Amino acid sequence: MIFVTIGTQLPFDRLIKIIDELAPQLNEEVIAQVYQCGFTPKNIKTVDFLAPDEFNTLFDKARLIVSHAGMGTILSALQKDKPIIVFPRIAALGEHRNEHQLATARKFKELGTVNVAMNEDELTSMLLDGNQTTLQHIGNSASSSLIQSIQAFIDE
Amino acid sequence: MKKVMAVASIGGHWIQLLRIARPMEGHYEMVYVSTHPKCATMVEGQKYCLTTDFSRSDAWKLVPAFLKAIKTIRKEKPDAIITTGAAPGLVYLLVGKLFGRKTIWIDSIANAEHLSASGRMASWFASRTYTQWEDLATGKIQYAGNVFGNTL
Repeated sequence: MIFVTIGTQLPFDRLIKIIDELAPQLNEEVIAQVYQCGFTPKNIKTVDFLAPDEFNTLFDKARLIVSHAGMGTILSALQKDKPIIVFPRIAALGEHRNEHQLATARKFKELGTVNVAMNEDELTSMLLDGNQTTLQHIGNSASSSLIQSIQAFIDE
Repeated sequence: MKKVMAVASIGGHWIQLLRIARPMEGHYEMVYVSTHPKCATMVEGQKYCLTTDFSRSDAWKLVPAFLKAIKTIRKEKPDAIITTGAAPGLVYLLVGKLFGRKTIWIDSIANAEHLSASGRMASWFASRTYTQWEDLATGKIQYAGNVFGNTL
């Protein structure tokens, strides 16, 4: 199963449309978490807001995650060794308030943190290929140097 | 034992906060604050308080969020308040500052090219502001690591 997630704050119809049009060629169930979707997807199953526990159930069940460049999803995928393709929102297309998703996606692509598709063509070919793997693993906490720095300041 | 209030909106901010705050549970009495009741399930056994969510698109909710922050901080009396954002976290830092608490802003790792607008505002008054990208550190904005751990 492929789980598509776009967060809970803003619609992202461009991504949902690409996935919906491609779904018949994927031979795999696709479940997408949508938000105020401006059209009715025909080929994929959609769900609205998911509470954290429901989100985790779908996330764990999925073979592959396709996501906007949201940090919660990226961190969860890296920690759970779940293959992920990140497709950033573009503020110039009205998909976010500023271009931080584009900037973050570029940075993660450069660092080899996660699979990143910058446009429809890249996303389509990645999904048709379907062999994305995890590129990095992270543990369950932030850098010890960051935690120690904060604690030292609180203890002052 | 000192008391630390850890605040973040649901979603990526909350996930980042937990990666920083959960390892502190042995050192401090923690009070978690987020914007959805279900977030409590991710910090079972710890104190959890709900607050009002808002962003620039529904900025009028700043008023109830501000009042809620005053009430929660007066009741819990934390020694320090830490947040990874977004707008509700900024409100808690501001109220914490008014009550004379230590206030710490950790800007989201999603801000790879420049500090978030909320982060810039926080840096005007917070006791300490961190970025998670080394090249964004300045004299005032500190870098000491990030939520990925030691891999990035």
